[in-house]
Amino acid sequence: MFSAVTEATEVILKSGWFLEHAYIIPLIPAIAFALIIFFGKKMPMKGSEFGILSMFGALAMSAGAAYQWIQRVNGAPEEAYIKPVIKTWTWWQNNGFSFGIGQHIDGLSITILCVVAFISSLVQIYSTEYLHGDRRYTHFFASLTLFSAGMLNMVVAENMIQLILGWEIMGLCSFMLIGHWWEEGANSRAALKAFFTTRTGDIGLLVGTSVLFFSANDWTQKNLGVSGFSIRGLSAWALSGHPGHAAITVGAVALFIACIGKSGQFPLHTWLPDAMAGPTPVSSLLHSSTMVVAGVFLVARLYPVFFKGMNIMGTSLNFIVLIGGITIVIAAALAFVQTDIKKVLAYSTVSQLGYMMMGLGAGAWLPAVFHIFTHAFFKACLFLGAGSISHSASHHSFDMKKDMGGLRKFMPITFATWILSTLALCGVFPFSGFFSKDEIIDNVGHNGYTFFMIIGLSGAFLTAAYMTRATYLTFFGEPRGAAAGEHHEEEHGHDTPAAHDDHGHDDHAHDSHDAHAHDSHDDHGSHGPRESGRIITIPLIILATLAIGSGFLNAAPFGEKWENFKKWVEPRAEVVSITGIPAPTGGAGEARIAEGTTDTTVPAPDAAVSSDSVVPVDGEVVSEEPVADGEEPMPMYDEKSAEVVGAEGEAMHESPCGTETPEHGVCYAPQLHHAPFKWSKAAMSMIIVFAGMLLSWLLCVQLYDRKNKKLVGLTKRNKLLGAGYLFLENKYFLDTLYEKIIVRSIAHPIARAAYWFNQNVLDGIVNGAGICTKTVAGWVYRNVDQKLVDGAVNGAGTTAENAGGALQPVQSGKVNQYGALLFGAAAIGALVLVIINF
Amino acid sequence: MLLNEFLMLGAVLFCIGVYGVIVRKNAVLVLMSIELILNSVNINLLAFSLRNNSVDGHTFALYVIAVAAAEVGVGLAMVLLMYRNRRSVGLDELSEMKG
Amino acid sequence: MLASDVLVAQNVGFAIIAAIMVVGALRVVTTKNVVHAALWLVVVLAGAAAQYVLLAAEFVAITQVMVYIGAVMVLFLFGTMLTRARIGAEQDLNNKNWFIGLPIAVLLLATMLMALNDGFKAEKLPVDAPVVTTQQVSDQIFGAYLLPFWALSFVLLAAAIGAIVLARRD
Repeated sequence: MFSAVTEATEVILKSGWFLEHAYIIPLIPAIAFALIIFFGKKMPMKGSEFGILSMFGALAMSAGAAYQWIQRVNGAPEEAYIKPVIKTWTWWQNNGFSFGIGQHIDGLSITILCVVAFISSLVQIYSTEYLHGDRRYTHFFASLTLFSAGMLNMVVAENMIQLILGWEIMGLCSFMLIGHWWEEGANSRAALKAFFTTRTGDIGLLVGTSVLFFSANDWTQKNLGVSGFSIRGLSAWALSGHPGHAAITVGAVALFIACIGKSGQFPLHTWLPDAMAGPTPVSSLLHSSTMVVAGVFLVARLYPVFFKGMNIMGTSLNFIVLIGGITIVIAAALAFVQTDIKKVLAYSTVSQLGYMMMGLGAGAWLPAVFHIFTHAFFKACLFLGAGSISHSASHHSFDMKKDMGGLRKFMPITFATWILSTLALCGVFPFSGFFSKDEIIDNVGHNGYTFFMIIGLSGAFLTAAYMTRATYLTFFGEPRGAAAGEHHEEEHGHDTPAAHDDHGHDDHAHDSHDAHAHDSHDDHGSHGPRESGRIITIPLIILATLAIGSGFLNAAPFGEKWENFKKWVEPRAEVVSITGIPAPTGGAGEARIAEGTTDTTVPAPDAAVSSDSVVPVDGEVVSEEPVADGEEPMPMYDEKSAEVVGAEGEAMHESPCGTETPEHGVCYAPQLHHAPFKWSKAAMSMIIVFAGMLLSWLLCVQLYDRKNKKLVGLTKRNKLLGAGYLFLENKYFLDTLYEKIIVRSIAHPIARAAYWFNQNVLDGIVNGAGICTKTVAGWVYRNVDQKLVDGAVNGAGTTAENAGGALQPVQSGKVNQYGALLFGAAAIGALVLVIINF
Repeated sequence: MLLNEFLMLGAVLFCIGVYGVIVRKNAVLVLMSIELILNSVNINLLAFSLRNNSVDGHTFALYVIAVAAAEVGVGLAMVLLMYRNRRSVGLDELSEMKG
Repeated sequence: MLASDVLVAQNVGFAIIAAIMVVGALRVVTTKNVVHAALWLVVVLAGAAAQYVLLAAEFVAITQVMVYIGAVMVLFLFGTMLTRARIGAEQDLNNKNWFIGLPIAVLLLATMLMALNDGFKAEKLPVDAPVVTTQQVSDQIFGAYLLPFWALSFVLLAAAIGAIVLARRD
């Protein structure tokens, strides 16, 4: 140990006010929330000014923190571990056990902080116009601001308890915002569905946190002086080689179940499309760019735990990559059969979240986080674009087939921003989606998950195809319905919310409520489609610009110099030496280590600072200090970058992190590999994307524009085929016997296949591929989504109902009898226990 | 003094309270029976506190007293409301919760 | 049991107070007069306070007197008055459930006595235990058990607001 002291290297990490006080960022909107609730209605702008100002404040602080973080990284040596800026105060304590609250700021938190603050600001500005005159305008802004506070709190969270706090605030706000127009039954049903579905997953969060705490607490207390809830402690513990296999696996799986719920992954994805019942700004902020990435964020945040628990990189298949892969395909297929533009975007979001999960599951940490970053911009832009269309052109309808079409002439700005974002979403070369999504696919393949690379590529194909379809239906062709100015005709019935069911979306409601209080509404309504106002288009333009530009933060194709995001955000997998870790030669096993600071001039920020909390200081000196340094039992924290073991090539180097137990220290991040960029791979995925667009375009022109007889009829017949039995009855209605014996067992599948093949041969593979996709998607939507998942829910309800019926006589309504039952049961229970123990 | 003396006193008071909760019809009297039960719990807490030479029992006895005060406040407010609505505090007449 | 181990005065005191408490408690659940029941409850609560003193818990005993006898009982008497209970005897204070209540109470009592007799047969309490000071109690409340104290504060606040909302005439 002492020999290590002699070769001490001083790594001075820069810091700054914004970094040290990043915990203020979530406090700003939290205070604004209180102000809106108490004073909002009396303010000239009905409380929205508090929300917008607080988001600007948070954005400014985040930007400052980001700048200082970049300074910190740039000032450090190439291979040094960049220590996150951590602070802890005692939040509450009970019987000698205390829980902390604080901040854990590293590249990941900074990234998400900036994204959340930025998108929230734009969405709040947009909402002032979109919800103008809404009856619960103030409450809307209050919920929106509280949501931001929750999300920011989750992002800066120092430990799991603080993270859960933010996570639950988000869940609550999501519920309130989806059900913002709760007068319509569909909206409140969607809100409840979202709440209960995510709640199902949240059980996993509590279980996982508890499991990890009880397994890790001893180790972290002894070696790092932090509790088993601390994110830093958990990361180090996971990679230390100490955790038992079962404990960390159970913990990781339980946590991942929570992520499945929150991020809309495969079995629990059903809530997300329904959540589009909320106002469009909410869909844009919560259900596309920020809240739903909370699950992805959690995986990225506790990556070492998942890395070890799920055995990422160790096997060719793990839970995360599997769920991510399934989600990509299932959701992308479902996007084809939607007629509602927001539902297309919702399924697209689910699919993109699948990409992020798959990337994380396959060891592509950085591309996945980068995809969170870029996806937030272009998806928010797409949603706000959809909102702009419904607000100004289609008379508050979101139905692409009935009320849109040909809008590119009327809404040039919306159209342009939409196209740019769509290209980014599809991953076309210079746009941001390319730099993130392609990297995910690339790295997934590079890390040995070849099958999932193929899934990723097919996902890219499907993405290109369904986005082309949506674009075509919305902006090209002939104007239909409301877009053609037909909204006052009686049979369309747009003006009454009750008549919206005529559109045939069973459980989706429209943003029609603000129509009541919207005075200018009827004016623009009678003029047909037009471009939205400036308050709506400016956020669109800003987001579209970022959809193009944000990719260049990590433009791998242009070489090492362009990979700034990687440099700033990715935690470096270095062994950080800590004196508490016993060296193989024995010794300092009992040394209890807490992080301290070498600078005592900085006053404690608060009286509540616990003695062993981390108080980083300006110009923090992270250095190796002699253990024998007088200073009483001043806890020592030694941190130095370890020897670089086994350098390979120029940029690649190996550290033992994640593969074996690190000696003399701990790791905070596993060693990951990055796939070298190759233009050939990029060209291949570009070809796939363009093929998807082209096919989809041709099909759309045939189907929706030319009204090709063969194709249109075919779709109908195929849908019936997909429905199965009903179709059989209609078709072979005369020879029932024959049908019942043969068709049901053999002939039907063969006939269907032959018919399908025949049509394909006649009409070409182009059409066939599209229709096949459509059939599968329809089948999945009807059977898996609607029957399987809903069936399980209904089954649970029926069981509960029957049990309730059996117990009904007990419910006499008389309090005394209830008391008698209670105490009688207690008496009998006690008697049984006593008899057993005698 | 034996520990058991106190514990048995607590047990007796508890059972008397249980009897009261079950047989009393007047809502105010039911609340009083609940007070008996809570006091028996306090006696137990303090007896064990003395036995184990710790202060925890005292702390929780105080908490129990505070909770009891809150409970009586809300309980009597409910009784008052009940009386106002139906001119009676008989619990037998309250069976809207019948399933 | 050696005589020297037993403090006669304390035991006698305990026995007398316990007997009064049991009688008082029985009267609380059997009397036909609501006001009498309340007054008998005062007897039981005061007896409990005395027992707390025997158990070396002065602060709790004082709190018991102040909170229970001072505040809760007044609340009960107000409640009785506001619900216009008759001051004299009443016939329908009990329901017809004594045949359920009695067996349950007896069963419960028998079980508990059996378990106690088995568990703490002749265990003595320390005779010279130091009296727990108020300072110790407050250190516990505002130190180790601060969180329950906060929770309790919220409960009291909620109860106060709830009682006002319920009882308000509007």
